[in-house]
Amino acid sequence: MSGFDESMLDGADETVRVRFVVNGRRVACEVAPRETLVDCLRNALELTGTHAGCEMGACGACLVQLDGRAVHSCLMFAVQADGAEINTIEGLTESGVIADLQAEFHRRNALQCGFCTPGMLVNAQELLSQVARPSREDIRDALSGNYCRCTGYEAIVDAIDAVAKARSEAGGTT
Amino acid sequence: MSAPLTSLDRPNSYVGRSVPRPNAKRLLAGRGRYISDLKLPRMLYAAFLRSPHAHARIVAINTEEARALEGVHLVATGADLAKICTPWIGTLDHFKGMTSTPQWPLPLDRVVWAGQAVVAVVAESRAIAEDALELIAIDYEDLPLIVDIDAARQAGGPLINPGSASNVCFRSQLDNGTVDDAFANAAHVVEEEFSFGRHTAVTLEPRAIVADYDPSAGMLTVHHATQTPYQFQDLYSRHYGIPEARVRVIATDIGGSFGMKLHVYHEDMAVVGLSILLGRPVKYVADRIESFISDIHARDHRVRARMALDAKGEILAMDVLDLTAIGAFSTYPRTSVVEGNQVIRLMGGPYRFKNYRATLEVLFQNKVQTSQYRAVGHPIACAVTERLVDMAAAKVGLDPFAIRAQNVIADDSYPQTSPTGYRFEALSHQACLKRLHEMMDYDALRAEQADLRKRGVYRGIGIATFIEITNPGPAFYGVGGARISSQDGATLSLTPSGEVRCLISVTEQGQGTEAIISQIVADQLGIAQDQVKVITGDTEVTPHGGATWACRGAGIGGETALQATRVLKRNILEIAALILQAQPSALDIIDGQVVDAATRQHRLPISEIARIAYFRSDTLPPGTQPQLTVSHHFAPQGYPFAFTNGIQGCSLEVDVETGFIKMLKHFIVEDCGRVINPMLVDEQLRGGIVQGLGAALFEECRYSDTGQLMNGSLADYLVPMPMEMPDIMIAHVETPTADTELGAKGVGEAGTAAASACVLNAVNDALTPFDATISSIPITPIKVLTALKRF
Repeated sequence: MSGFDESMLDGADETVRVRFVVNGRRVACEVAPRETLVDCLRNALELTGTHAGCEMGACGACLVQLDGRAVHSCLMFAVQADGAEINTIEGLTESGVIADLQAEFHRRNALQCGFCTPGMLVNAQELLSQVARPSREDIRDALSGNYCRCTGYEAIVDAIDAVAKARSEAGGTT
Repeated sequence: MSAPLTSLDRPNSYVGRSVPRPNAKRLLAGRGRYISDLKLPRMLYAAFLRSPHAHARIVAINTEEARALEGVHLVATGADLAKICTPWIGTLDHFKGMTSTPQWPLPLDRVVWAGQAVVAVVAESRAIAEDALELIAIDYEDLPLIVDIDAARQAGGPLINPGSASNVCFRSQLDNGTVDDAFANAAHVVEEEFSFGRHTAVTLEPRAIVADYDPSAGMLTVHHATQTPYQFQDLYSRHYGIPEARVRVIATDIGGSFGMKLHVYHEDMAVVGLSILLGRPVKYVADRIESFISDIHARDHRVRARMALDAKGEILAMDVLDLTAIGAFSTYPRTSVVEGNQVIRLMGGPYRFKNYRATLEVLFQNKVQTSQYRAVGHPIACAVTERLVDMAAAKVGLDPFAIRAQNVIADDSYPQTSPTGYRFEALSHQACLKRLHEMMDYDALRAEQADLRKRGVYRGIGIATFIEITNPGPAFYGVGGARISSQDGATLSLTPSGEVRCLISVTEQGQGTEAIISQIVADQLGIAQDQVKVITGDTEVTPHGGATWACRGAGIGGETALQATRVLKRNILEIAALILQAQPSALDIIDGQVVDAATRQHRLPISEIARIAYFRSDTLPPGTQPQLTVSHHFAPQGYPFAFTNGIQGCSLEVDVETGFIKMLKHFIVEDCGRVINPMLVDEQLRGGIVQGLGAALFEECRYSDTGQLMNGSLADYLVPMPMEMPDIMIAHVETPTADTELGAKGVGEAGTAAASACVLNAVNDALTPFDATISSIPITPIKVLTALKRF
C-alpha cells in the first residue's frame, strides 16, 4: 500500500493482558491501554448492561461495583482494574442481592427508558450498604451523580426509601 | 363512552388501572437491547471529522494519510455520498413562503455551524476511525457568520445562504378581531420582552444507528434508535433509491428521545450511505460532545408581547411578536418552524378573549439546527401568556387564582375556539383551578410566605394554566406534503395456544406504550394482561403508522388497539357460536373463557377455539374460514387535535444573597381525558415537569461570539439532578374525548408545557418586595442577582 507509515500504528493497537473476577468468574482479556473499563466490559466481555452516558463521571450510567464499592467505569482504564473484583448489573441480578430494589423499581415504575437504571441500582445498593435508614434528602443527595432524563426522580427516591425501610425492618443491613 | 371502560370491578378490566410495565423487567436486569449495544458480524464503525468553524468555505480536503491507516476501510466526503443520496429540503407546503437550502449527508463546499460533520471514516473500531480523523487535513476559508437574532435581521448584514434576499426562513401573521381598538380602549396594558435560551434533549443514550446494506439482496436494514421507524423507512428508500419493501427499519430499546430522535441527522443519512458503499454493517454512536453539537436544539426565542385588560381584569386582547432562530437550515422532514408556529397559536389558549394578533419570524443563523423537542412551542406560549396574566393581576389588584378564574373559558361552554383559531372540544380549566387551589393549600402557603418575608426569607408561589396539543391528525404534517402518517395500524392474532399477539405501529420509548396497549387489548377482549404480547418498532413486522410523537401513542395507538381487538373478538365469537350452536351476540369472553353473555356461565376456553380453528378445521361447518388474525387501521377524525388542559403550581425559595433558587414543591392538576394507567400517566407528568424545570432553571446551550458551543459536556451544561428537584403532587380531572371510543388524549408534554411558566411566575412573586422582575429563561443565579442589582 502506498504511503504506509509504520509509525502510524505505534501504541494504538498494542494490547495488554488483564485479568479480573467479573460477576464471580475469572476472566482475562486483551485490552489496549487506552481502553476504558466501561468499553472493555461492554465490548470485550459483552456485558452491555453497563452504559456509557457522559464519559466523564457526571451521569452515573456506567457505575459498577469494583472491590465492593461503586465506581465509574468510564473514568478508569481497563488496565487499572487488573486484579479487581467487579460486579456489573448482570452479576448483581444473577446473585439476587438487588432483587428487592429491582422489584420495588418495577412496582413503582421508577424507570422509563431504562438507560440510567443499572447505574441507579448500583448506586442505590452502595447507599444502602453505607447508610441503613437514609432520609429522602440523603437518598436524593446520594443520587446527585445519577442523571435520569425520563422519570423526574421521585419514584426512584420512593423505591429506594421503601427498600431501605424493608431491609432495616428485616434485620439490619449488609 | 361505554360505561364498562371505567368499571374496575369487571374481570380483565385494565383501563384505568395502575399496572407495572411488563417490559421494564428486562431493563432492570441490564438486559435492555439498545442500538448502542448492537454488534453484527463484519460490522465496521464510523466516526466524523467536524468543522471547527461556524461558517466557512471548504477549500480542500486531504484524506490520503487517513485512507492509508491500517484498519480504515473507507473515507468519504460530501461528494462521495452525494453520488448515491439525493438531497433533502426541510420545508412543508402548508408553511407558505418558507425557504430552506438543500442538504446532503455531508457538505459539498461550505460548513454552516461549528460541529457540522464534514468527512466520515469507517474503520474496524471506533478508536481506529478516530485515529484516522486526526490524519485528515481540511483547508477552510472563514465566511462572515451570524450567531444572534439581531445580526440575522440586520439589513445589509451577512447572508447565511448565498443568493437569498435575507436570513428569514419563514414569516407568519395572525390577526383576529380588533386588536388596535381593544388596546386603545383598555383600562390596563401589560407588556414585556421575554427571552428563551437554547436547550437540548440530552438523552442519556446518545443517537445510535447501525445500517446494514446487503448488495446481494438489494436490502437495507437499519437498526435505528428512533421514535419513528416508518418515517425513516420512507426516507432511506426515497433518498437512496431502494424500493420501500427492501428497506427495513428496526427501532428496539432506546435510551430516551423526547422528539430529538425523530429528525433526519446528517450522520445518520451518511451511515446508511457508508453501508451501501461498503456492503457491510456500519455503526455510529454519537459521543456526548457530538450529541451537544449535532442533536437538534430547542427554543431560542425572543418574544415581545402585550396584553390589554378592562378595569375589572377581563382580558381583551394580546399582541405578540416571536423572533426565533433555528440554525442554518430547517430540519427535515418536520421543519424547524413548527415550534414558532405553535408558539403564536398557543398564546392565550386557556382564555376566552377574541382579539389576537401575532407575527412570527423564523431566522437562520450559524448554529446547529433547532426543531421539535418535547412540548413543541408550548413552554414559550405558556410562559409569555401566564407571566402577562400575573403582571395584569398585580396591576388590577387581583390574586393570580382570581384573575384566571375570571378569564378562563368556562367548563360548561364548549365547544369553543381559541383566540388564535384552535378548536376545543371540551376542557376543564375551572375544575382544574379549583382543584389546584385546594391541593396547594394556597391560602396557607400565602400566609407562610408573608411570615417568612418578615424574617428575610423570600418564597415565591407561581401558577400557570396550560393547554396541550395531542392526538394530531393529518393537519400536522400530512397536509404539508410530509410522508408522516397520522393513522396507526395493528395486527392482532389469537395464537394456537389461545394467547394474543399484537403488532402495532406505535413505538415504545419507556413511557409504557406496550403496557397500555396490552391493557387495552386484554380489557377489550376479556383475557388476562399477561396473555397479550405486544410487539413494536419493526417496519417489516408491524403495520405502517405514525408511531409515537406529539402525544399520539395512547390516544391514536390506543384507539387502534381497541378497535382491532373488537374485530378480533367478533371473529372469535363467530367461531365460538358455530361450535356452540349459539348466536354470537349471546356470547362474551371473560378471563379467556367464552361465556354466556347473560349468565356468565363458562362455555369454552378461547384456547379451545384456537385449537379447533388451527388444527381441526375439519370439525367446523363447511365453508367456515376462521379469521383469527385481523389487521385494523385507525385515523383520527373529528377535531384536528385533541386538546388537553391543566394547571401547575409551585413553591420555591430565592436566596437573595446568592441568587440560588430552591424548588420546594411542585403541583399539577391535569386533564388528559381517559386515564389508561394512572401510574404511567403520573410518571409522564413528573418526567415532563422535571424537563421543564431544567429549562426554567439550568439548561442553556451557550455560544461564543464565533459560534462555538461553550458548554458541550455534562459537567458544563446543567441538567436537573435528584438533589435539586422537588416532589411533585398530582391530581386529575378526566374529560374524555368523544372522537374515540377510548376517550384518551395525550399526556407526555403537559408537564414540560407549563413548568417553566410556573417557575417564572414564582420567582417574580418572590422578588416582589424588591421591585425586581425577570423575563428570561433559564433563570440562573446571575439573572436573579442582576435583577436585584447585586451583580
